[in-house]
This record gives sequence, C-alpha cells and structure tokens, in this order.
Amino acid sequence: MEILVCVKRVLDTSENEIELNREGTGIELDEAVYSINEPDNYAVEEALQIVARVGGKVTVVTVGGEDDEEVLRREMAMGAQQGVLLSDAAFNGSDAKGVATILKSFVQKGAYHLILTGVQADDGGAQVGGMLAAMLDYPFASLVNSIEVLPGKLKISREIEGGNREINEIELPCVLSIQTGINEPRYVGMRGIRAVASVPISTYGASELQIDPGTVGKLAAKVKRLDYFVPTLGKGAEMLDGGREDNVERVTELIAAKGGLR
Amino acid sequence: MVEAIQSPAHATYWLVQGRLLFLIIYLLGTACFSYIVARRLQPLFRGERDFRLDQPFRRLGRVLQFWLGQWKHPRYRMAGTIHLLIFAGFLILATRAFSVLALGVSDGFVIPGLSGKAGHIYGIVADYASTVVLFCMVVAAIRRVAFKPARYAVPARYGKGHSADAIFLLALIAILMAADSLFEASQAAALWQQGQTAEFLPVLSLPWMLNKALLSTSLPMLQSLHLGAYLIHDLTFFFLLCYRPFGIQFHVETSLFSVFFAKLDRGKLKPVKWGIPDERLDQVKSFGVKTFEDFTWKHMLDFYSCADCGRCSDNCPSNAAGRPLSPRFLTIKARDYTFLHYPMFGSAKNGQPLVGSVYSEDEIWSCTTCGACEVECPLLVEYIDKIVDLRRGLVDEGNVPQSLQKPLKALESRGNPYGKMTKKRADWVSAGNFGQTCRVKVLNGESAGTLYFVDSITSYDDRIQAIGQATAKILRHVGEDFGILGAAEKDSGHEVRRFGEETLFRALRDHNTQAIRESGAQRIVTSDPHAFNALKHDYKDVPPVEHISQVIAREVKSGRIKFHPAENDKVYTYHDPCYLGRHNQIYDDPRNVLDAIPGLKRVEMRRSRDRSFCCGGGGLMLFYEAKEEERIGVKRVRMAAEAGANVIVTACPYCMVNLEDAIKVAGLEGKVTAIDLAELTDQQLVRERPAA
Repeated sequence: MEILVCVKRVLDTSENEIELNREGTGIELDEAVYSINEPDNYAVEEALQIVARVGGKVTVVTVGGEDDEEVLRREMAMGAQQGVLLSDAAFNGSDAKGVATILKSFVQKGAYHLILTGVQADDGGAQVGGMLAAMLDYPFASLVNSIEVLPGKLKISREIEGGNREINEIELPCVLSIQTGINEPRYVGMRGIRAVASVPISTYGASELQIDPGTVGKLAAKVKRLDYFVPTLGKGAEMLDGGREDNVERVTELIAAKGGLR
Repeated sequence: MVEAIQSPAHATYWLVQGRLLFLIIYLLGTACFSYIVARRLQPLFRGERDFRLDQPFRRLGRVLQFWLGQWKHPRYRMAGTIHLLIFAGFLILATRAFSVLALGVSDGFVIPGLSGKAGHIYGIVADYASTVVLFCMVVAAIRRVAFKPARYAVPARYGKGHSADAIFLLALIAILMAADSLFEASQAAALWQQGQTAEFLPVLSLPWMLNKALLSTSLPMLQSLHLGAYLIHDLTFFFLLCYRPFGIQFHVETSLFSVFFAKLDRGKLKPVKWGIPDERLDQVKSFGVKTFEDFTWKHMLDFYSCADCGRCSDNCPSNAAGRPLSPRFLTIKARDYTFLHYPMFGSAKNGQPLVGSVYSEDEIWSCTTCGACEVECPLLVEYIDKIVDLRRGLVDEGNVPQSLQKPLKALESRGNPYGKMTKKRADWVSAGNFGQTCRVKVLNGESAGTLYFVDSITSYDDRIQAIGQATAKILRHVGEDFGILGAAEKDSGHEVRRFGEETLFRALRDHNTQAIRESGAQRIVTSDPHAFNALKHDYKDVPPVEHISQVIAREVKSGRIKFHPAENDKVYTYHDPCYLGRHNQIYDDPRNVLDAIPGLKRVEMRRSRDRSFCCGGGGLMLFYEAKEEERIGVKRVRMAAEAGANVIVTACPYCMVNLEDAIKVAGLEGKVTAIDLAELTDQQLVRERPAA
C-alpha cells in the first residue's frame, strides 16, 4: 500500500515557555524549539505499521521551507522511505485552504492509496485533512484510532465524545486524520537521524506542481490572524488544608462531582 | 606378600578385566566431557569481542582473592561457610580423585611426591576432607528441604523450582565421597582381618567410621564392597563430570575463568563495541544486544558460571519492589536459551530477538543500575553492562517507553530532561536572597580554579536547587575560587548512557568536555554522584573531579569547617547513594562528616555501605513508570525508621527526590525527614563572626 503522511513542524509546546512577543502578534521565538507535530508522529507510526503488515511504502510530505526538512528527516529515521518538501515563495502565508491546495496538487502527481494526517496541528485548526479529502473527492474520516486493512477498503474506529468508539468501513483511496494514542510511536535518536542525513529529499515548487500562485499564499488566504493572546491566569488551585484523611475524602468528592469517578 | 584383597585393576567385572573396563570408562567419559564442553563453547565463538587480557597480574590477584580466597562467600555466613568447606574439600580431593582413578588402570599407583610420609599426611587430610564434604552435602540438602531460604525460591513466572536438581547434584557428590571412603575402608578392614598393616584411617573420618562398621564383615563381602565401591566411584565421577555442563554445577569448571576475565573497573561502562574507535562508531550497523550472539563471549561465560545462589536478586531493589526484574533470572533465562538453541546434537538455532521472547521490555528498563547484584556475586558476574547493552539494542530499534521519549528528546534539544530553557540553567544562583548572600561566578568570561558542575536536576528542580546553593555556600566558606558553566553546561548524560542512548550521550559529553576545557578550571567539584561518576568514568580529558562530600570531609580535617552541635532529639542515619558508594567506594567521608558534628547521634540501617539499598534510581529513572508493587524508596525509608532514625542524610539529589516522595507515600511525614549532606553541613556550619 502506498501511503502518504502529511506532517508539519511546530513549536514544541512541551519544551517552550510560551510568551508573547512585544507586539502581541505572536510568540517570542528566541531559543524556541521545534519538533514534529505530535499527532503527525502517530500518523507516520501507523503508516509504518500498516506497511509492515501488508507491504508498501511510506512517503512523508510537508509544506514549508528548508528548516522543515528537520521533521522530514526525523520521520525518515523512523522508517519512512521518502521525504518530500513542497516549498515555494508563493506558498508563504497560505491559510489552511492554501495548504490543502498545495498538498492536493502533490497527491495528484502520485498514486497513493491512503493519505494520513495528524488529527490537528498544535498551532492549527484540524482543517487541512478534511479540505484535502474534499478537493480530491476522497472519503474522509477524522479522529481515527485504529486501522485494519481489508481488500480495497479499511475498517477503522473513530474516537467520539466521551471516549467511545465508532467502527466504520471506508473505501480506498481515502484521507484519515489520526488521533494520538492509536499506537506508541517508536523512538528516534540522533543515531537514526544521522543515518538518513544524506538521503536526498525531493523538493517541489509551484511550477512543478502546476499550482496557480494566485490560489495559494498570503494573497489567496481568506483567513487571517489578527491577534494572539495568552489567557490571564485564573484563580489558583484550591488548597486543601485538612488532615490526610480529610483531604483524601474531599479530593474524592471533588473528582466525583466533576464526573471523574463513577 | 599375598594380596589381602583383589584390586580393581586386577579384578574381573562381568568377565571383563578391571583394567580394560576402567580404561574404557575413562576414555568414554573424557571424550563425552570434551565433546560437551566443545558444544558449550560454541556460542562463545559466535559472541562479540571483549578484551579481557589486560593487566594479567591484577587479574591473577583477583583469582587468588575471589576464586581461591572465596572472598565474597562469607557475606552470607551460613551458605558461605558451607561453600568454603566444599570448595576447600574439592581442591584437596582433586589430587586424590586423580590417584584413585589411576588405580583402576595401574595397580598401586602413587602420585609422585605423595609416597611415604607426605602421602600419609595427605591421606589423613583427604579423609577428613571427604568427610567434611559429605557432611556439607547433608547440611545443604537439609537447608534446601527443611529451611528453604527465600532466595532459592523460583517465582511462578520463572518456571519450576530448582531444588530437585540441586538435591540430585548434592546426592551425586555425596555418593562420590561415600564410595571413595568405602573403597578405602573395605580394604583396610580386609587387611586388618588378615593381620596386615592397613593405611592409617584418621579418627572420626568417614573411612574410619566405615572401617569400624566393617571389621567383622566377611572377606568375600569386603571384596565385593571394595570392587563395587570403586566402580560406583568411577561411574559417578564421570557422570558428574559430564552432567555438570547441563546445570549450575558447570561453575566448578568455568568459575576460574569467569573470575580471571572479570571486569576490572567498576563504574565504567563497556563500549558499544570493543575495538571500535569513537569516530568509527557511526559506521557500526547495529548497536547493543538484540540477539543472543550480540552478547560478548565473556557475558556468555557469565551465564554458564552463575551458580544460581540467588544473592544478586536477594539484594536487588527492583526485585524487592516487585518490578519484573530479577538479575538471577536474567542469567538463568539466558543460560536456558543457550541450552535450547545450542543443542548437544544438530546445528544451532540462533538469531531470534531476545527482548519479546526471553526478556520483556519492562524487565530491561526496570534496572536502576545500582550495582547491588554485582557487589554481591561471588563469581563476579556482570549485570549492568548487559542491561545497558540490551537497552542500547532497544533504543536502536526505536523501542523506548513513551515516558522516556519526551525527556530524551528534551535532552537532545535543550540539554536537560525537563525541556527547560537553556538560558535559565543558572537562574538558581540569583533565586530569592541567595544571590545577595553568595555570589556564584558564571565562567563565561570570568575564570576560576574550580568548576562546580551542577547538572540538570540541581539547576532546575525547585527543591534540589537548595542543595546547589548549600554546596556553593560551603565552597565559598572554605575559600574555594569557583564558578559554574551556566547556560554552557548540559546534562552530564550519565543516565542517558545507562539508558542505552549512546549517541545522545556522546553529543552531551562532547559539548560539556569542550565547555569545561574552555572554562580553564583546574578541578571539578559536584554535588551529584551521577555527574561525579560520569565525569570520572565516562568522560575523558577533563580535570580531576571530586564529590562535595570529599571536599567537606577534607575541610573538616583541616579545621576550616567546624560545626555547631546537633539537635539532640534527632537520630541520624546515612543513606549511601549508589554512585557515590558502591560505584566509587566513598563510604567513609560522608560518615566522618556526620560524626564530626558534636552530639550527633547516628545509627546504621540494616543495609548500608556496599549493601546499601537504592532509593529508586536517578536521572531518567525518575521519568520511567515502572510496574511495581511498592516503590523502592518506600522500602528504604522504612529501613531508616526501623533503624530508629528520624533524619535520613544522603548526598545525592535523586536520592533526595525519591526519599522525600517515599516519606510521604509511606505515611512517615513528620516522623522522618531527609536532608542532603551539603544542606546539613551548611546548616550546622560555624561561620566566623565578622570582625567587631
């Protein structure tokens, strides 16, 4: 099975202390650390596991610049056979629809049976996967947390509110957005990344993808970010100052009251 | 002189002349044994390289100490004493066994040098030796059957118990001793009956007792006993010889080699591959142990040498806490693997991954590398290197628990496992009013003779920063010109390496090595035993390093550090951090410091010094979610409470984290507290009054 996984490089939220920049239009990026968007990592792991079961090839693709090669390399170190960078000055400032347009053009160049995305990007809105499916006229399922390959189709389960699962059949080719927790992504160390350091990464620009620059980029974007703010800290945690037994009882009550215990 | 009794060589056994029969037995027995040993050695030739021939004289010295001297055995007094006696008995009886065997083919054979008086004396010693060995067999069997020491038990998940096999072996040895004595006693009785002088049998020895019992037995009966005992002796001897390589008794043959080839430098880890220089490491295809043949030949030899005594697991904190790890079975399972995959007949079946079949992932990640097993093992079996090699294999396959992936990634991008900003690494020096009371230089432009290597946990952890501040105040008090690396410092990588991430460790080490050298410092001090061990054993080309407890102990001696009296309602106990104590043998300095505090009451825990019980593990182990019945640290704080202590003094930031957590979990809050040696020193320090 030919699988394409769309990935993105994002600010690592677990390793950055998010602070606004002075203008208040974005995040202070001094010393910022980036990493693969976590759900995308699960999508790549799932693709690798499917290929291990039924054969095929995994390609990872991202829209961005030179810096974004870092995440492609990381996913290639995990086992993806090919990395593709879609990069062009015309792509800069694209909104979700713009990104989906770029990806669509790339998908149409190849013959992929299955396209995976992460459920959403840390800095995104869970839009690209659905839009890409619509543009390709492929079926789409979101929040997928298990995949079983059947002839010509997949049996998938989706996470729905409250942690319940829904089982669906979906025809190939299709686009799925992968929920974290579907698997346990393998570890990629420095050694693995060094081993793929010299594997070439294919790069495509707007002309190679036959994209009309007017349909992507900043000018075509119909969604624009106006402001960025960090919520002000609310009231601090409730401190319990009773004895050990009392506190345990009180915490149990509180958790039960919030529906955490049944 | 007429022979009182026919000798085995001249006798006829079922129409076959004795001499011929025994010759056949010897040839067959020796051939069988050689074949079996050759098959057993087969995997060793397929194992990885391991350089074990350096410092031969030091190695010989260790053979004298640990093999001939049985140095570690008395650590378990009862079992140790029994083993010592059996071992001594075997050494004495080796000569006798040879000469008795020789009698089967050569009548009246005497080993050169053992004729006459020497022979008589040796005979007396040997008679007593076989008596003692037989007695020990009985005691050992009774222990196994009636007293059942807990460490011999085999938990259900590791299969059937080993007692039947143990008793069988004890019985074989007992038969050997009895047959030998009967052979001698029956001859003596026959000679006595005919009024001839017999070999002197020492009073109360086994042959002496048998002789007394046989004095009135008829001559033909004595003849049958004499020949029968000899045959049984020879058959048992060769059966035992050929049976030993199938079980724990193989250590009789392999222990000498295991001890000679044993690792010399504790604290130092084995390289990824022996004989591959650092710069060529990237070209190595596979890291660590994935299949059995990735073990080095010495590590395979260890599997054969294990005597299943259970001392390792008896001291293993992970095993005690119910984690799925028992060093004993780490070895036994590998040995069973060789028996199964390198069979006596047919070709070897190898190549299957070990983790997932023989070992579980949790088993391999459960080890805290505390080293208790290695200190205890009488045969110097190595465990930490094997665990680290297995982890290297797992890391290389991307098989790392999710809970460890985040901190490892953060170590790669930020140089600390918490993902905190690099530029905040030195924030602790200006925290609160510490900045005003004690200025700490950051060696970035400024220079100092001494570098205080802080490491990640002391730099970033709110609680542990206090240990860093206490250390800085002590260094200042003793007039040390010191500074820290600040943002230029990264994690020492001690646990990164021990968790199998060799490449990341090397990156951290290379970065720190350069930063340390650029700082121009002449010596390094650290308050973290893990950083201490890393700088001392894992780093190269850095200045000499000391732990702060060594500095304090020295300055107590010099008089520069003086203490106020301790509060007299407190009882202190010292908890030895593994990487200060067991791995670096620093046991006395911290204790001397405590004893220098006037009026301080100090007690020792049941397990201390080289038998100290790990706190639960440092570095990345803090992130690992182990499957366990009870926290290791909880067991430790209970030991402190049992000893009657209400203050646990330690000298390691990770011990502090684990012990303080454990005090809460154990419900001992308000009854027991933990304090770092540096904090206690700072607290009790007599500071010179400013001149009036």
